[in-house]
Amino acid sequence: MNYKLLNLTVSVLAALIISPLFAGIIVKTKALFAGRKGQSFFQIYFNLFKLFKKQVVYSKTTTVIFKIAPAIIFVLTLSSTIFIPVIPVDIEPLFSGDMILMIYLLGLARLFLILSSLDTGSSFEGMGASREAFYSALIEPVIFIVLISIMKFFSTTSIAQALFHNTSPDSVLLIFAGIPLFIVILVENSRIPFDDPETHLELTMIHEVMILDNSGPSLGLMEYASYIKLWFFSLILTSLLVPTMPDYGIAVQLAVSAAVIAFIAVLIGIVESVFARVSLIKIPQFIITAGVIALMGFFFSATRVLVW
Amino acid sequence: MNNSISPLIILTIITAAAGLLPFLISEKSRLYRSVSPVVIFISSIISLIYLLFIWPDIVSNGSPVILGWQMPFAKLIFSIDALSGFILIPLYILTAASSVYGWKYFDSHKIEKSHWFFFSLLTSGMFFVLVSQNAIAFIISWEIMSVSSFFLVITDKEKKESMRAGLIYLITAHVGLAFMFITFFMLAKTAGGSFDFSSWKNLDISSFKAGLIFITALISFGTKAGFVPFHVWLPLAHPAAPSHVSALMSGIMIKMGIYGILRVLTFITPFQTWWGILLIVLGAISGVLGILFANGQHDLKKMLGYSSVENIGIILLGIGVGIVGVTIDSQTLIFFGFAGALLHVFNHAMFKGLLFMGAGAVIRQTGTGDIDRLGGLAGKMPLTSILFITGSIAITGLPFFNGFISEFMIYFSSMYGAIKSDSIMIIFSSLFAGAALALIGGLAVANFTKVSGTVFLGEPRVQQSSSVKDVPFAMILGMGILAAVCIIIGMGSYFIIPQYLYNPVLEMTTGINVNGSADLMTQMIMIITIILSAILLLIGISLLLYKFFTKTDDENVEVGTWDCGYSNPLPSMQYTSSSFASPAIKYVSFLMGFKIDKKSDSRIFPASGWSFKSTVNDWILTRIYEPFTAYTARVLRTPRFLQNGKTGAYVLYIAVTIISLIIWMFGFGS
Repeated sequence: MNYKLLNLTVSVLAALIISPLFAGIIVKTKALFAGRKGQSFFQIYFNLFKLFKKQVVYSKTTTVIFKIAPAIIFVLTLSSTIFIPVIPVDIEPLFSGDMILMIYLLGLARLFLILSSLDTGSSFEGMGASREAFYSALIEPVIFIVLISIMKFFSTTSIAQALFHNTSPDSVLLIFAGIPLFIVILVENSRIPFDDPETHLELTMIHEVMILDNSGPSLGLMEYASYIKLWFFSLILTSLLVPTMPDYGIAVQLAVSAAVIAFIAVLIGIVESVFARVSLIKIPQFIITAGVIALMGFFFSATRVLVW
Repeated sequence: MNNSISPLIILTIITAAAGLLPFLISEKSRLYRSVSPVVIFISSIISLIYLLFIWPDIVSNGSPVILGWQMPFAKLIFSIDALSGFILIPLYILTAASSVYGWKYFDSHKIEKSHWFFFSLLTSGMFFVLVSQNAIAFIISWEIMSVSSFFLVITDKEKKESMRAGLIYLITAHVGLAFMFITFFMLAKTAGGSFDFSSWKNLDISSFKAGLIFITALISFGTKAGFVPFHVWLPLAHPAAPSHVSALMSGIMIKMGIYGILRVLTFITPFQTWWGILLIVLGAISGVLGILFANGQHDLKKMLGYSSVENIGIILLGIGVGIVGVTIDSQTLIFFGFAGALLHVFNHAMFKGLLFMGAGAVIRQTGTGDIDRLGGLAGKMPLTSILFITGSIAITGLPFFNGFISEFMIYFSSMYGAIKSDSIMIIFSSLFAGAALALIGGLAVANFTKVSGTVFLGEPRVQQSSSVKDVPFAMILGMGILAAVCIIIGMGSYFIIPQYLYNPVLEMTTGINVNGSADLMTQMIMIITIILSAILLLIGISLLLYKFFTKTDDENVEVGTWDCGYSNPLPSMQYTSSSFASPAIKYVSFLMGFKIDKKSDSRIFPASGWSFKSTVNDWILTRIYEPFTAYTARVLRTPRFLQNGKTGAYVLYIAVTIISLIIWMFGFGS
């Protein structure tokens, strides 16, 4: 029991402390690709700190929902990180079916995000809310299928346990679960090619436009929550890619995981630099393609038909 | 201990009698509006308390509690077992809530004398459906329920849509009744002529006949439950009825269909796998189509009607997975599937009742139910807003409320089936169920955030009267009761569910030992509750920290929403419900019967008078049922000439019939 609680705390602290650095790596990669020197890796920490010091301004159209949403979204996003352990010690998972609570906590955060954006009465925010609602509805079954295929491979109903038992990852699983998972990271966290986190043209934004009216600490909490969510999904992908090596000790394990997650950040940066935002009409096609790949991955996990 | 259910029956008769009181009291008297709803409210509460009091006897007694009445032509047996008792609980809660809501609902306009009569007849009919253990009593109660609800649906007789909705509802209900006769007669024939439910258990039926009975029961009870393709009456009837009646109908009456299916299932054991898979497919289709159609609606109550179709789909998913579990002897699938389905029956009654009442409150105060003409009501109707938003979060199945618990159970059962089972068919049907549930849940979030946001948040899209204020306390109380139950089940299910849910599930497990799963569920609910409580505590702390540490410049607080530098943003520029739903609807427009009516002017100096209207048409009604019924009507019109109104012709028909019968009897028979 003690170990469990320790691991939970480590997961939460890791999310809090390292997620802005993760986002910083992405920004730096994009800058380097564009031929610039780019901002410091740690710039986002300073940005967040600046935002928290500022004064907040509320629109007179908004109700109490707009005021309480950022804190609620932040806590909910942070609490979903407790389900994916950072330190790979062989402990029992919190409970079977943890995946459902994990995804649904993020869903509740999204509900409050949509409500707070509709609260402002701005047509731009309504636009972003509508797109966010639809695309996330489409990506939910894909997340479900991907995580279930991982769990199926290790024959356990807990995602944390599945990621722990990953002592010798199967290349088929890596490809057919890893690719949809990567697409999920891009969709859920509003990255190119699904949304552009840098643009501030209203007609092209999805996530950015929903937080258009937030200011000061309110904006700081929303941005922090989005960094934590990005870290969270990348952590799932990392845990899938990195095998649990009990013979080598915790330090080596953590070092390898750190290297892999930094690599994922660089990869996201490269994808963001190389691709452009696709037309909104094409986004469901991407999502369904990811779903089909995930379904194939589930089939391979279920039948172990391909063993390389 | 007195464990008879006669007190419940007496209370139900009192409720029915209460409906007659307005006929005896003068309209001028102050009691005229109050006496029926108050009596119904009090008797429902007392019945609920009594039911919970005798609950241990209901579940621990091997034989159910019996009260038998010998009538001249049939025996009417009434008793409760755990399954019917479990559905009685939301019946009483919802009756109490909707009666206290309806007390003040009509204050703005006239109320008919017969309204509370039909209302109490409806609730009494539903009670008797649940306690009937005899097919004749069941059918009589079912008819009472259908006909009284028909009269409630056509309350607004002046509107043509009301009459059309009522007629479609009546016809559908009676088609279902016809199939119910077929089902019961088949069962009675197999049981040697007896109509008692007790003699229908452990029947020796061939699997072909069991399958046939299953199909006819599905059609019959499907017309009441309202899953695709039998749902066509639901989105028409629910908007037409007054809101507290819609709450009752959507909350409990359509669950009578689910109860019927479950009841028949207990007669036709052993289950066959294709039944479960059929239910999973039907559930997925109803869920997805239901929520997609809901997304495209502009009318609040019609949207809620389609959402009921969606939730019935979710319940069918749970039942389907449970049936599949019985066939492969997997206790987890059985227990979690049926428990999720039954709990969702209860939960849906609570939050759908709450949502309909909230919609009714909005319509009562603003005069319109068109989502695109509303907005910004949170300031004017704060309590209604909070309650409606609570219902919205509950119906999307998100944590902290009751919807999450039931959806979690169904998710877990499908996950377990997909991961742990060996048969390819089970694996893929479970995965399909889970993925369908994920899609339905996501679209439900999209739909209900859209509705809550458009109606209550933002600014009014059309000029709104400034005198709009919140509804009377009685209506708030009705909604508040349901919201409280949502929260109690959401956070306190550890204390409630093992005691009240497990035994009804045992009725459906056909004897397979599910103790391990029951313990697993209890443990899971405990862990979930602990985690959610911790998160709730953290949320509270963070809100306090946020409030204390954020600075607002008090002089500057009256600022408008950032409009990106546009000089004249209007409230009508806000996103409407059709704009919000358009990515989803346009993507599947081929499924939706999506139509746009647009009047525009593309000349250089365009004139005014532009209009835009988008509609989503229920093509199952317009492209399947209506042509079919039109065709049937045409074909059936051909023998019309026989009914020519001339007495002489009728005498001729009688003579021909009698002569033929005599010839038949003496010529061929013995």
